[in-house]
Amino acid sequence: MKAEKSILSGKHFFQGDTACAEGGIYAGCRFFGGYPITPATEVAERMAERLPAIGGIYIQMEDEIASMCAVLGAAWGGRKSMTSTSGPGFSLMMENFGLGIMTETPCVLVNVQRAGPSTGLPTAVGQGDMMQARWGSHGVYEVIALCPSSPQEAFNLTVRAFNLSEKYRLPVLVMMDEVVGHMTEKVVIPEPGELEVVPRRESRVAPDAYLPFKPDADLVPPMVRAGQGYHIHVTGLTHDERGYPVITKEAQEKLVRRLCDKIRVNRKDILSWEEREAENADVLVVAYGITARIAMLPIQMARKKGLKVGLFRLITAWPFPEERLRKLAGTVGGVVVPEINYGQMVFEVERCVAGKAPVRLVSHMGGSTHRPEDILNAIMDVAKNK
Amino acid sequence: MEMKETHPIDDLIRTDRIPHIWCSGCGIGIAVHCFLNAIRKSGIPPKNFAVVSGIGCSGRVAGYVKLDSFHTTHGRPIPFAVGLKLANDRLKVVVFSGDGDLIAIGGNHFIHAARRNVDITVICVNNFNYGMTGGQAAPTTPVRARTSTTPYGNFEFPFNLAYLAAGSGAVYVSRWTTLHAKQLEDSMLEALGKKGFTFVEAISPCPTLYNRMNKLGTALDFMKFCKEHSVIRHGADPKTANIDLRGDIVVGRFVNVERPTFTDFLEEGLAQGLPHRKALLDEERKEFEHE
Ligand code: SF4
Repeated sequence: MKAEKSILSGKHFFQGDTACAEGGIYAGCRFFGGYPITPATEVAERMAERLPAIGGIYIQMEDEIASMCAVLGAAWGGRKSMTSTSGPGFSLMMENFGLGIMTETPCVLVNVQRAGPSTGLPTAVGQGDMMQARWGSHGVYEVIALCPSSPQEAFNLTVRAFNLSEKYRLPVLVMMDEVVGHMTEKVVIPEPGELEVVPRRESRVAPDAYLPFKPDADLVPPMVRAGQGYHIHVTGLTHDERGYPVITKEAQEKLVRRLCDKIRVNRKDILSWEEREAENADVLVVAYGITARIAMLPIQMARKKGLKVGLFRLITAWPFPEERLRKLAGTVGGVVVPEINYGQMVFEVERCVAGKAPVRLVSHMGGSTHRPEDILNAIMDVAKNK
Repeated sequence: MEMKETHPIDDLIRTDRIPHIWCSGCGIGIAVHCFLNAIRKSGIPPKNFAVVSGIGCSGRVAGYVKLDSFHTTHGRPIPFAVGLKLANDRLKVVVFSGDGDLIAIGGNHFIHAARRNVDITVICVNNFNYGMTGGQAAPTTPVRARTSTTPYGNFEFPFNLAYLAAGSGAVYVSRWTTLHAKQLEDSMLEALGKKGFTFVEAISPCPTLYNRMNKLGTALDFMKFCKEHSVIRHGADPKTANIDLRGDIVVGRFVNVERPTFTDFLEEGLAQGLPHRKALLDEERKEFEHE
């Protein structure tokens, strides 16, 4: 269908989950394979209603393992595809998330984080999957994970997730949280063409000369889809540029290093964050998702008490904006990291600050957002002891 | 003059990947040969085929066929194939894998794809054990059989795959042994030509592991056994179609029924509430064909 007609340009009052689904549609997603799980179900429900009406396919699979596989299959069938999940479902998707990394399959996986471990608090917020997003599938690899802080950003970052997945050929993670997923706010959907939409990176090479995993200069190989007469072979085994399995340490070195380097080398293009008065702050708060918004109140309270407090909001959690944070670390008096877990992204912050300033985690086991005074106390404390 | 040796199905094989990894006497090669002959005879252009495998000896089939081929994770070829087929309905999607892959770890996917009647063909090489990892017990291992993980004998009851497929909703179910190369090929051809979830089981020797551990003799002995003890019963109730490696193996075409496919049923249903959808799909199909 003409993309224009499928995009609901204009002002809406959407929850983050719905905005995610609409972001996918804006980016050209026409296949959704999913499985119901709170608090991500509304993404699937929106897709179940919208995709059939615009020529797309919605299928509810038998579990999250199957959902992730179907999304990969659909991508090789030529459609932009996505799934959404939470908690235990994210764990189940990790197996074939790895297959997507290994086979360089573009698609998007939305995780609306809830509090765990295990079934945990199915209807309440958590940010405990940030390290799982980075390392949850086995083996050596790099990921891209984006963290929206509002329904509007859920829309925009889902579009961006699709763009990055097509550009760098990998499954991209949207690491939302339950509060952003379920919070309803104004969302503006731009006119078609206003936001960039990256198409599939198609190969123009003739079938005889085509090597499915021979990268371009930016380390990313162009793609074909099934049915075009290329007779491609795609495997989760370590493979060469023909896509054939090669079970040697040399092939492993060449392939896996490239899979990582295509993200590492292009990190400047991928990285994204927001700063508010971050330079030369007495205290810098580093946060993401809903916690970055919650932190604004204690930041303002501390400013009223005469402190210079800045915010560094992660938009890409992975890759982590380490160069910038390293630079800022030398200019600030101390760093406070509130997150709805017992310390995950704080390890990255500590690595970058590297002892140049004290770093204080404000942990919270989940089920609600932080109490502003807990963050305020940490800010005051760090300021006092810096 | 130099003779270049070729084989009639070379054009469907990735000859640059030969020799293959399979043991001599293994039945997988016969099943692949039948499959490629069936593709030839089907008249469907090879570019329209996509083969999806999981993990295991039979899971390596995708790597040797010169078709669009996907070697996925253990147990997952069916959901991958479902996504592939639904994304591009013009593809003829075939899942080719083994009993452990499709029925143990992948069992849930198997029954649900059959229930939905997704238009894919599933070919399962059943050799009663896990070959790739060294001959462990599978959900198809006969009672009392020896495997590397049942050193005192297997005391679990196996699945009857034909019965499972039929009970889950497959519209075509057949079983042959790899001795029955002609019938196996014909059956694959029938399955490829039929719309909906079609299932072909190929009983195969694993001379290196299962047959050796169970003193079933050489691959040739197993072929002789299949010749003497296969009972052809077309239309038999799959529930009664037993596999007894010390008695008889019931083979034949058990199920061949009509039922709307997932896509046909869905599109028929959606057409009611979304009358403009058909035009959208036609438009998209044209876009795909233009390239
Ligand atoms: S181990 Fe068994 S199934 Fe595997 S290739 Fe050898 S004979 Fe065939």
